[in-house]
Amino acid sequence: MPEARATDSSASHGAPVIQLRGVHKIYRTGEIEVHALRGVTLEVHRGEFVAVMGPSGSGKSTMMNIIGCLDRLSSGTYVLDGVDVSTMSKNELADTRNQKIGFVFQAFNLIPRTSALANVELPMVYAGVSPGERRERARQALEGVGLGEKEASFPNQLSGGQQQRVALARAIASNPAIILADEPTGALDSKTAEEIMRMFQELNRERGITIVLVTHEADVALHAKRLVRFKDGHIQEDRAILPQDDILTLLHPLEETSYEIP
Amino acid sequence: MRFLDIQKMAVHALGKNKIQTALTMLGIVIGVSAVIAMVSLGQGAQKLVQDQVAGMGQNVLQIQGGGGWNTGGGGARQGGDQQSLTEGDVESIKREVPTIKLVTPIAQAQGQFVFGNQNWQSRVEGSNEHYLEIRGLKVDQGDFFTESDVRTANRVVVLGKTVADNLFQGSDPVGQTIRIRNLPYRIIGVLAAKGQSATGQDQDDFAIMPYTTVQKKMTNSAVPRINRITVSAIGPAATGAAKDQITELLRERHSIRQGQPDDFRVNNLTEVAEAAESTTRIMTLLLGSIAAVSLLVGGIGIMNIMLVSVTERTREIGIRMAIGSRGSYIRMQFLAESVILCMLGGFIGVLVGIGLSLTIASVMGWPSFVSPQAASIAFAFSAATGIFFGYYPAHKAASLDPIEALRYE
Repeated sequence: MPEARATDSSASHGAPVIQLRGVHKIYRTGEIEVHALRGVTLEVHRGEFVAVMGPSGSGKSTMMNIIGCLDRLSSGTYVLDGVDVSTMSKNELADTRNQKIGFVFQAFNLIPRTSALANVELPMVYAGVSPGERRERARQALEGVGLGEKEASFPNQLSGGQQQRVALARAIASNPAIILADEPTGALDSKTAEEIMRMFQELNRERGITIVLVTHEADVALHAKRLVRFKDGHIQEDRAILPQDDILTLLHPLEETSYEIP
Repeated sequence: MRFLDIQKMAVHALGKNKIQTALTMLGIVIGVSAVIAMVSLGQGAQKLVQDQVAGMGQNVLQIQGGGGWNTGGGGARQGGDQQSLTEGDVESIKREVPTIKLVTPIAQAQGQFVFGNQNWQSRVEGSNEHYLEIRGLKVDQGDFFTESDVRTANRVVVLGKTVADNLFQGSDPVGQTIRIRNLPYRIIGVLAAKGQSATGQDQDDFAIMPYTTVQKKMTNSAVPRINRITVSAIGPAATGAAKDQITELLRERHSIRQGQPDDFRVNNLTEVAEAAESTTRIMTLLLGSIAAVSLLVGGIGIMNIMLVSVTERTREIGIRMAIGSRGSYIRMQFLAESVILCMLGGFIGVLVGIGLSLTIASVMGWPSFVSPQAASIAFAFSAATGIFFGYYPAHKAASLDPIEALRYE
């Protein structure tokens, strides 16, 4: 897998980081079948910042779980960073999550009663990185989100915004192929939410990190460069977010696609 | 993932919930310390019995006058109807039983020992010069009497340590003269101390003198009496044969017809000791197994707490899985937690158990004895408990679905 990764990064905008083709997901609980995804095809290239929107039940969460390698698709293919993950075992999926994906959740999801530094180190602990190196990298990541002096604090000693920044540091510390953010500002006040979104933008712009962000808030989605809107298990709209877009234009799909996708 | 990191994680997790950890550990601590204390006490008792056997001398047989089972050593059968052993018996056992090494007749008496203004009530064992060797005793100061003392019924006495201590309080008794039943006896030696027996009897509270002296000076009987004959066989394997040969010889000498009961009793002390030893061994086993049950209960406690902990930490498990922990890492972490918990509990339990057995031993006045086997087995068992009872909760944690776990409130 490291080899595949290497060829990919050299190819830059060539091969997509995320490549979904005809993806279906069907949940079966007893007699009832829920068709959560009905043939989704999506490509995300390196350096993109994609906002995924859609009402609840539209399949965007299922989509996130599949992209995040937390769930397996029922049919179709998913190639992540040049590697086909649709046929992977549970352990391989765990390793893929560890190496290629950085998660940021709505509820921050830091390990309680564990220092910020230890939280950021954790993915690298599972990756088997030596204590010295992972400490170094975790410190850098914490400094990168402006929390260098808070490394010894426990999550309950940090504000919501600070916790989310620790989570962000945890996501980027192991240098993943993509960052998956699931409603990252959902539990924050608007001012803090704005700060966090700025940070996402910075990471995307300055470090070229690929970001896929799920949200139902238009003002959050506005920070992204591309919008993917889900409805009833398929992609309803997939377009670039342009400087002239505002909250209102993002709230609803365009009646007719008058914008050119560059 | 590195092995050491799993251990660190487990220790960290245990440290987060100190009270819960301590209480869970307490179950193991109690279990392990109970096993160690019980087994140590049992083995201490066993050792006591063994010491006592060694104290009775090697391969010793005791022949007592009268039928039936006589365990008493206090000389209660003075002048009773049970008197059936004679000096002739002693001579012919010495002469005719080939499996015998040494023989001594025992004549017993009681009396008030007087030295100056000091008094001490004790018993006297009259024997011949082989007594020390047969019983495996040693003289600490002075000497033992000789064959010529026995022949001439010399008024010499060898004191047990307790008697000497009570009459002389530190000054040297050897060469002094004491009075017993108004007759003076010269002290020629003091025995080395033996301490208490398993039943708490003082084994040093007696005196020895030639049996002829006891017969002539201390018992007011026309016929010289012999209460017991103590013999030592030539080897451990010979005690059985010696018993049979002595029985046969004495039946013949006492003209006991076929079918009639013996008028004496031959006790093979090795047999008695073995019986006593097997009793204490069973006791040890029994106490040990009861204690082991408490260890088992402690283990179930661990399992219970670990299950609760897995449920409580469902979300944490989900986070760990999301950021890339394999199921097996989760399993190892939880397993490590329960094993560390148990081993730490086991270690503390070993210390408490040792302390407990030493305390009980000193309170009971037994020789202190800590069973190293019991300690190591109990410790190993506690570690095994950790694995056995920790596996199911750990497996349950590892089998969680990351999406479900992340959603858990």
